[in-house]
Amino acid sequence: MGDSWIGKRVPKRDAAAKTTGTIIYGHDLRRPGMLHGKILRSPFPFAKIIRINTERAAAVPGVKAILTGEDVPDTRIGLGRDNPILNRHVVRRVGDEVAAVAATSMDAALEAISLIDVTYEPLPAILDASEALKAEALLIHDTRTSNLHDKRSYVHGDPDAALLEADVVVEDTFLIPYVAPTPMEPSVVIAEFDADGELTVYTTNQAPYLMQYELGQAVEMPPGRIRIKQTAIGGAFGRGLDVYPFEAVAVLLAQATRQPVRIAYDRQEEFLAAPLRQPVKVTIKTGALKDGTLWVRDARALLDIGAYASLGTVIPVVMAQVVGSLYRVPHARYEADLVYTNNPVTGAMRGFGGPQATLFVEAQMDRLAVALGMDPLSFRLQNANRPDETTPQGLKISTCGLKECLEMVGSMRDKHKEPSPPGKRRGIGFAATLNVGGGARMHRSDGSGVIVKVDDFGQVTITTGSTEIGQGTDVVLSQIVAETLGVSISAVRFVNGDTGVAPWDVGAHASRTTFVAGNAALQAAEEARRQILETAAELLKVDTGELVMRDGSVYVRGRPELGLPLDKIMRARHFRKDGQIVQAQGWYDPPNEQVGSDMVGNLSATYSFGAQAIEVEVDTETGQVKVLRVRTANDVGRVINPMLVEGQLEGGIHMGLGYALSETLFVEGGQVQNNSFREYGIFTAFDMPPIEIQNLETHDPLGPFGAKGVGEIGVAPVAPAVLNAIYDAVGIRLNRIPARPEMVLDALETLQSNDRTSR
Amino acid sequence: MSNHPITLTVNKSPYSLSVAAHHTLLDVLRDDLGLTGTNEGCRMGDCGACTVHLNQLRVPSCLVLAVNADGADVQTIEGLAGETTGEHHPLQEAFINRGALQCGFCTPGMIMSAAAILDEIPERPLSEAAIREALAGNLCRCTGYAKIIEAILEVANG
Ligand code: FES
Ligand code: FES
Repeated sequence: MGDSWIGKRVPKRDAAAKTTGTIIYGHDLRRPGMLHGKILRSPFPFAKIIRINTERAAAVPGVKAILTGEDVPDTRIGLGRDNPILNRHVVRRVGDEVAAVAATSMDAALEAISLIDVTYEPLPAILDASEALKAEALLIHDTRTSNLHDKRSYVHGDPDAALLEADVVVEDTFLIPYVAPTPMEPSVVIAEFDADGELTVYTTNQAPYLMQYELGQAVEMPPGRIRIKQTAIGGAFGRGLDVYPFEAVAVLLAQATRQPVRIAYDRQEEFLAAPLRQPVKVTIKTGALKDGTLWVRDARALLDIGAYASLGTVIPVVMAQVVGSLYRVPHARYEADLVYTNNPVTGAMRGFGGPQATLFVEAQMDRLAVALGMDPLSFRLQNANRPDETTPQGLKISTCGLKECLEMVGSMRDKHKEPSPPGKRRGIGFAATLNVGGGARMHRSDGSGVIVKVDDFGQVTITTGSTEIGQGTDVVLSQIVAETLGVSISAVRFVNGDTGVAPWDVGAHASRTTFVAGNAALQAAEEARRQILETAAELLKVDTGELVMRDGSVYVRGRPELGLPLDKIMRARHFRKDGQIVQAQGWYDPPNEQVGSDMVGNLSATYSFGAQAIEVEVDTETGQVKVLRVRTANDVGRVINPMLVEGQLEGGIHMGLGYALSETLFVEGGQVQNNSFREYGIFTAFDMPPIEIQNLETHDPLGPFGAKGVGEIGVAPVAPAVLNAIYDAVGIRLNRIPARPEMVLDALETLQSNDRTSR
Repeated sequence: MSNHPITLTVNKSPYSLSVAAHHTLLDVLRDDLGLTGTNEGCRMGDCGACTVHLNQLRVPSCLVLAVNADGADVQTIEGLAGETTGEHHPLQEAFINRGALQCGFCTPGMIMSAAAILDEIPERPLSEAAIREALAGNLCRCTGYAKIIEAILEVANG
């Protein structure tokens, strides 16, 4: 004790509760008198609702309320303001909400749902984004003039001229599929009104303060009368960043019954109804000069956002950032059409546009290097972002270790590569990533508030609006506060998850919590420290400048015999005439910019960088791609807790490997066909390769103790590094993921027949 | 829906219960006994979040009908520490100290599976490959498994 808490492998504060099964997740919570809610969902991708008959359902014993579209406010919810709570006249996707039941048991609710009779008149469904844009296509939202939700475009330099100037240009079209955040705990909500009519919502949502406002709009209640309480959250990955109909439905069922109502998805409903990552079709050209200077990128993307826009509406911002600013590129354009279809609902997922854009940008970096006759790693090094540089897009890059990270992973090639076994070929691929590392101003405020209280016993309580989704806010903020106050981590209590108590925070997204909430915690702790030292100086009759806080006490510097324990100081400060307590607040809103429709501006206060090298083994008989090892090097600023940083990287790489090789949702007729874990393809422990992590510690001038964000940095470079490794192994260029064996075999066959014809 | 009387021993305590024919052991543990440490990730036997020990063998409790567990001896995550002298089972200790959990939703199932694996595979040192294979029925969406494997290796091989 006595040494620094920063840089230590301190376990999460909730680790004991999680390993003993005592923690209460959303799915574990029960409230007195609680009813079970269930939603009836559309079996059709597009249909008119002709009639709904709830008579048989109402007769089921235990049923307390049934709601249809006629019974609920005719509001539109979600970031796209386009999603009805329960649909009255038309359904726009398989799984669209049609009616809801609250009953005394789950069995009764399920039975009642099965007895609601709905007459539909199916409409010709629009299941393809380019079809949706045709003039004759039906309007999915009849309040709009077309199925184009939005058109976004970004440009710097003169891409048209630059494409002519470039000595080498590569062009490809990539198809990127649906994937699902699918955290291990499915979606859940409990809504409860108290005797005064105040609403409490128990939730696993990741943005509780936004939810408070959005739910208020949805159910036409003053947000001030709504209190959001987060339970322990069994994973999120972006799923819980918007408000979706089931949450409003629970509130309205609770209102109708005056009893608490719980709606909990099972896994199939999670795959059917929770938001997915948007599929993208993108055509991209990248050009370079003979000397290896990256010269231009030009990408046109078609995003299928499904029936409702949700966070799809802002996803082009992050994609444009990768196109415009990953590596130094003097000319760039990114255009995106966001299109409504009758396909599944989409939203946010870890990386938020980064994994998609990094895939096509980094796959092309490789192809361009080959076309230039250059080594792919040298080409990247030559064009890497540098510290203290503002990109043409307006990203103010301060600390940047991209070059060093590339060099660190590049040495993977130097180690002797074992020869491939017969029938198998091995290869190594590279990719890099740039990610927001200092918050991201997606909303008008990117702020976070923290209160630090020190009580009469020297116990410290952190109360924060920030969200804990497993990433470790609990321990990171505790470390920051313990460090500042010179106390043990066990003297720090972590409290969050209640909008009625904790100060505002925009939510757990954009890898922002360590940076933003961390800075707020630091600020609050420093203020608490100032107050404590003021009292200690009085008691010890010295100047505050001579005092140090260490081991739960305040000492006079150089005179260890002269000290006072914290609890003594606190009581002396409190129990006297005109006594005071210590309760300090911190509020941090990073110096970043909300970008306009042109997608130009400094979205984040700082940026994190990373590079990966991945070695694969391709079985040329079966097309199976096995990942042998992953090496990752990252500049995430100063590492506050190496164990957690490694955890974020290992988890991100795991998600990226699934994206690259196995995870996908097959959607046919607007219906997800593989709605189980077994068929979806998350990597198991058996599938995972060893991961070697190297952190390049920069010291960010704005980060708390020099830290930058890390949450999403592991995921984006994985898929392109895998595709580049497959090329290195067997010479095929895949323009789709996941690289399942059938696809690899097809490409191998095409390659062989091309070889034969060219011979 | 008909109910059936069953008896169960859960974490060494005896229970006499009346259960619906279609309810699973997982339902009974969570809803009737309030043992919510055993989690439900899929109800289809795919994720392992609901792993418990049934007569000393690990099973996904979502695949066991409660009536079929009549008379069984069940151990859940809540009862695991009771097997040892310390406050926590060594696996729990190792998971905590090695950061082998993030959201923690898979954790009870992982630990119950790991505890069974330590018995199922007698060879020591226990190899990493053997653990990875034996753990393939327990999914984790957060950690990439690296620290979970480290924790199990530490307990197995010291
Ligand atoms: S809940 Fe039993 S295996 Fe998933
Ligand atoms: S720790 Fe979240 S699923 Fe494993």
